[in-house]
Amino acid sequence: MWELVRANQRRAATLVVVMAVLLFLLGYTLAEALAPGAGAGGLFIAFLVWIGLTLVSYFKGDSIFLALARARRIEKKDNPVLFNVVEEMSIAAGLPKLPEVYIIDEAAPNAFATGRDPQHAVVAVTAGLLETLNRDELQGVIAHELGHVANRDVLYMMMVGVMMGTIVLLADIGGRAFFWGGGRRRTSSRSGGQAQLIILIVAIVLMILAPLVAQLIYLAISRRREYLADASAAMYTRYPDGLASALEKISHSTAKLTVATRATAPMYIVNPLGVSQRGLADLSSTHPPVSERIRILRSMGAGAGLRNYDEAFRRVTGRPVGVVPFRALASAEQRSAVLPGAPQAGSRLERVRRTTDMLWRLNEYTFVACACGTTLKFPPAYVGREIACPHCGTVHRIQPTAA
Amino acid sequence: MIFLAFLVVVVLAALWVMGMYNGLVRSRNEVRNSWGQIDVQLKRRHDLIPNLVEAVKGYMGHERNTLEAVTKARQQAIQVTGDVAERAKAENVLSQTLRSLFAVAEAYPDLKANQNFLALQEELSSTENKISFARQYYNDAVMRINNKIQMFPSNILASSFNFQMEKFFEVEAAAERQAPQVKF
Repeated sequence: MWELVRANQRRAATLVVVMAVLLFLLGYTLAEALAPGAGAGGLFIAFLVWIGLTLVSYFKGDSIFLALARARRIEKKDNPVLFNVVEEMSIAAGLPKLPEVYIIDEAAPNAFATGRDPQHAVVAVTAGLLETLNRDELQGVIAHELGHVANRDVLYMMMVGVMMGTIVLLADIGGRAFFWGGGRRRTSSRSGGQAQLIILIVAIVLMILAPLVAQLIYLAISRRREYLADASAAMYTRYPDGLASALEKISHSTAKLTVATRATAPMYIVNPLGVSQRGLADLSSTHPPVSERIRILRSMGAGAGLRNYDEAFRRVTGRPVGVVPFRALASAEQRSAVLPGAPQAGSRLERVRRTTDMLWRLNEYTFVACACGTTLKFPPAYVGREIACPHCGTVHRIQPTAA
Repeated sequence: MIFLAFLVVVVLAALWVMGMYNGLVRSRNEVRNSWGQIDVQLKRRHDLIPNLVEAVKGYMGHERNTLEAVTKARQQAIQVTGDVAERAKAENVLSQTLRSLFAVAEAYPDLKANQNFLALQEELSSTENKISFARQYYNDAVMRINNKIQMFPSNILASSFNFQMEKFFEVEAAAERQAPQVKF
């Protein structure tokens, strides 16, 4: 698995360098265009802004993020099932330390992970997620999030995100400076006009293009990370269907996540700002289309390894190049998935239960999974708006359509 | 000039061998570390079982055999100190008896309403999951080092530094691998 981490690190370094070049070029030409000879100063300012933002987000990024999402930390006794699932998945991912668990009190089902390295990992889920998903699905979601942690995505996206932010910021400042002071300066520069003109044009072009390029790079990386985290989740759980049906449920939910903003959206498992249509929106989206992610996971069949995911990815998207880095793929064997219906259910009772469940479903009974492990079933004629779990007393609200 | 080129080649080769050796050591440590993970979870299960038996006793007086089987299997699993294969076998027996205990418990509605029992059941079934995920990680690590030990060219280095093949933590008996059948 560390092959994947290493491949990520190499790729991260390359892209960070590309963006750094873009950033410094922008800083230099902007300053040079505004005041000839001040290029070095502009370079210095660009560097300072970047270092400052990087330090802040490295050390304080996760707490800022958690505060923005209004997440609160919970202990094991608050939700033993969630804690157990997180612990199970961190074992499967081979993380050195149990991540901290946070809850967001929102009805929209979603989740994210943050923390700069596996030692400081945090997973946060919404209350709606816990209410909507069964244990297998929850496991898939947590595995996806811990996949981000294990692949060092959080740090990587943070670095690239800060770069992008700095470029956008500089371009914005430059634009304002041109607007307010540009005219005065142009009249005063008589000598060396030609060189100055070229610098000016380069600066304007960079000012317009650099933020766009930076954002496109950022978004492309973000989408790729989502695929990779899905692949990791399939490998950890050996049960791609769990994540697939979780994604289905999350994307079908109509509740809006009010705490999500454009800045925090890329961190969530499913884009909280709504699902983009295919086509033009594709390039400007932080997440791959959910339907495509589900189709890839579902078509993995009996395989659950990185290689299986890569094959499924190429089959579904029709793209010739897979999503898993070559180096990681070279050492990734096929893994067989736990076939649906096979997990640990040996007892006769388990079989009987499954059969009766099927019959209940045929009669259009509604199933609500309670966090304590009980599944509540009630007939289509039930008119109440809420139902209490007979075991733990949790009151579940029922969607009006289901009642 | 020729000497310089020769030197470069030698240094590069040395670096390559060094990287390979470090890779082998890393894989071996990974195996040991992940075995430690399994061990932690197995111990946790041993610790939880007396509580479970205690909680269940009052309700399931008639199921003495099942309870005794669990206690006995736990005793045996604690005592086994052999290699990976032997421990796996004892632990699998324990898993089996626990599973039948929980199956029998379904027939006691009072027990199923007991908070303490439900909490223990969640803890134990999660521990089962943790064991199987730790085993999955361990087996992956074992496969990685075994591949390195057997494949060219790392096999030369592995045999000269005496790296041993590691043992898999095998999945239960053949009967358990079968998917349950649904009968109408």
